[in-house]
Amino acid sequence: MTDFPGAPDLRAPRKGLRVLAAMSGGVDSAVAAARAAEAGHDVTGVHLALSANPQSFRTGARGCCTIEDSRDARRAADVIGIPFYCWDLAERFREDVVEDFVAEYEAGRTPNPCLRCNEKIKFAALLDKALALGFDAVCTGHYATVVVNENGTRELHRASDMAKDQSYVLGVLDDRQLAHAMFPLGDTVTTKDEIRAEAERRGLAVAKKPDSHDICFIADGDTRGFLAKRLGKAEGDIVDETGAKVGTHEGAYGFTIGQRKGLRIGHPAADGKPRYVLDISPVNNTVTVGPVEALDVIALTAIRPRWCGVAPEGSGTYTAQLRAHGGETEVTAELVGDELQVTFTEPVRGVAPGQAIVLYDGTRVVGSATIATTERAAAQAAQSA
Amino acid sequence: MAYLDHAATTPMLPEAVQAMTAQLALTGNASSLHAAGRRARRTVEEARESLAAALGARPSEVVFTAGGTEADNLAVKGLYWSRRAADPARTRILASPVEHHAVLDAVHWLGEHEGATVEYLPVDAYGRVHADALREAIARNPGDVALATVMWANNEIGTVMPVRELAAAAAEFDVPLHADAVQAVGQLDVDFAASGLAAMTVSGHKIGGPYGIGALLLGRRYAPVPLLHGGGQERHVRSGTLDVPAVAAFAVAGELAAARRADFAREVGALRDSLIASVREAVPDAVLGGDPDPAGRLPANAHFSFPGCEGDSLLLLLDAQGIECSTGSACTAGVAQPSHVVLATGTDAELARGTLRFSLGHTSTEADVAAVAEAIGPVVERARSAGLS
Repeated sequence: MTDFPGAPDLRAPRKGLRVLAAMSGGVDSAVAAARAAEAGHDVTGVHLALSANPQSFRTGARGCCTIEDSRDARRAADVIGIPFYCWDLAERFREDVVEDFVAEYEAGRTPNPCLRCNEKIKFAALLDKALALGFDAVCTGHYATVVVNENGTRELHRASDMAKDQSYVLGVLDDRQLAHAMFPLGDTVTTKDEIRAEAERRGLAVAKKPDSHDICFIADGDTRGFLAKRLGKAEGDIVDETGAKVGTHEGAYGFTIGQRKGLRIGHPAADGKPRYVLDISPVNNTVTVGPVEALDVIALTAIRPRWCGVAPEGSGTYTAQLRAHGGETEVTAELVGDELQVTFTEPVRGVAPGQAIVLYDGTRVVGSATIATTERAAAQAAQSA
Repeated sequence: MAYLDHAATTPMLPEAVQAMTAQLALTGNASSLHAAGRRARRTVEEARESLAAALGARPSEVVFTAGGTEADNLAVKGLYWSRRAADPARTRILASPVEHHAVLDAVHWLGEHEGATVEYLPVDAYGRVHADALREAIARNPGDVALATVMWANNEIGTVMPVRELAAAAAEFDVPLHADAVQAVGQLDVDFAASGLAAMTVSGHKIGGPYGIGALLLGRRYAPVPLLHGGGQERHVRSGTLDVPAVAAFAVAGELAAARRADFAREVGALRDSLIASVREAVPDAVLGGDPDPAGRLPANAHFSFPGCEGDSLLLLLDAQGIECSTGSACTAGVAQPSHVVLATGTDAELARGTLRFSLGHTSTEADVAAVAEAIGPVVERARSAGLS
């Protein structure tokens, strides 16, 4: 673990930066914008219109992409006392996030669209436009911490409150992007209730607004239904590890490795134990299921690495996070060419190609990559048997 | 602060504020029969007379509405329904493609829900509909035309339509022509009787009157089907208790707009010319939208497309410097879409993303123009570096 003594954080930033605050209409980004303004920055609020045909109202508890959300963001900006605009990034979002999401599922992988949005939209399309227009930084309501080293380089760290930490979805940012990122909520050791209380104190009407969850462009939360509409029904077989057919499905894209629910397998396994999705093969439209032990992954390769700073050389020991709300696990990783080769100290379950692996050194984000292949413990056991 | 968005709304004239506040303190429903009601009614009728006089209409031709959008809807839907009721063959609507959304969306709705066939008239590169085009469109089958609607002057690019010739062409076939004259009043010589129009929309807050009041000037032979049913006010065409303070203030603004029109057009036209010259000097590749001939455009309008720029970038940067203008385009959730008007003039879609409308008014000064002249060059340069997202 490395420490960074003396590194100033953005809790005491220089004042008077021109800051563009991305405001979703939710409570976090509203409080973040308010804090940035209170810290003495010249803040302008922007709501990103990401849907070409926004719904008028939220359904259920989900945020983003409705006209009501844009109005909530506008009202928050009014109260904070900052200018506010809506920017239409729907076309970029569709191309870079939604289409990628569909294509990844179609290819049997499990993408994380929030990471993709941070990489391609918030800290690319939006940031580039902001910088060109004379802004110094983009501010969001993410829970993560940017540390500025004495030599001026930036590091991304986990939020002070590990329970709120969102550094995983920011693991795709490089140091240039970080140099212009501001996360005013990152070093708050606080609960969501306290953020809501702060919003209330500041007179922000979004204080009581429900949290957004899941995927903003799938308003009803039905990912499988969304994919079915885009990709059509494609009936195929569900097979066990021996290749014996145990059921059928209406589209392999509707499954995620490690999934247990919703398999609708007619007859139980011989041992009576629950079965999990082990493999998705889009080529022959087959889903393979098996016992939980067969999910154990001991190593993986990942592509498209992104580093917060200089790429590490040689083999190193890190902690890794594999899902937005997943725990940490110890790994050994080495960059070989453009491919990250990762070995787990202990086997882990529920690792799917398409997911991002984010490497940490203590609380510091080292970098991230997209999982391409996994190596199962069972396969190795079979080989050595 | 340079407010250059008078086409969106213009400050109320002090005389109109005075008329309105004086009425706000008084009581009386203009439909009531007692003394208070008669007083209110008298105020309304005097306002009707002065507004009619200002617009070259008879008092009975003034139908008060809650603004320009309602007047447009009443004209388009009401005339469609009444003309179709008189002859079921009349289902064709002829409209310019550069109409305000209050007309365009009403027409579109009739097409979607009321069996109308909507035909958009061709426009030239300045967005102008020519009388021959209207004549030709009607002549194809005069018996099936319910109405035609062509605005007096365009709200975005300022192009003035040949209203009299258009009305004459429609009259050859006895087809009613409606014109949205919201932007024209106070800037052009708007004379309802001389125009030959069947119906004409005017609005209060664009001419120094209050928000929420407008009127449809309606030829006496027309009885459009009402949008609002109720107490039968306003020739049974528009029910609802009359907003006496707003009506009184609207009339004052209308009178002053007509009385000051020639001076206003000359003075604001000179400021506008200087604004256009400054922008062209600072940004040589800026494309002027609408008719470059001052005689063919609203004197208070300047409209540009800036190649390689996003309109919302330009607006943000100018706003930050206290210069308030408009991209001149429709908004959904505050998101700018390329303007249907600019696209209809044949401008390519990419150029249409970088539009700005500067519209001047009775409070505009040389300082406002100087502010634009100073800011526009660097702002365009910066917006261009941000590019098209």
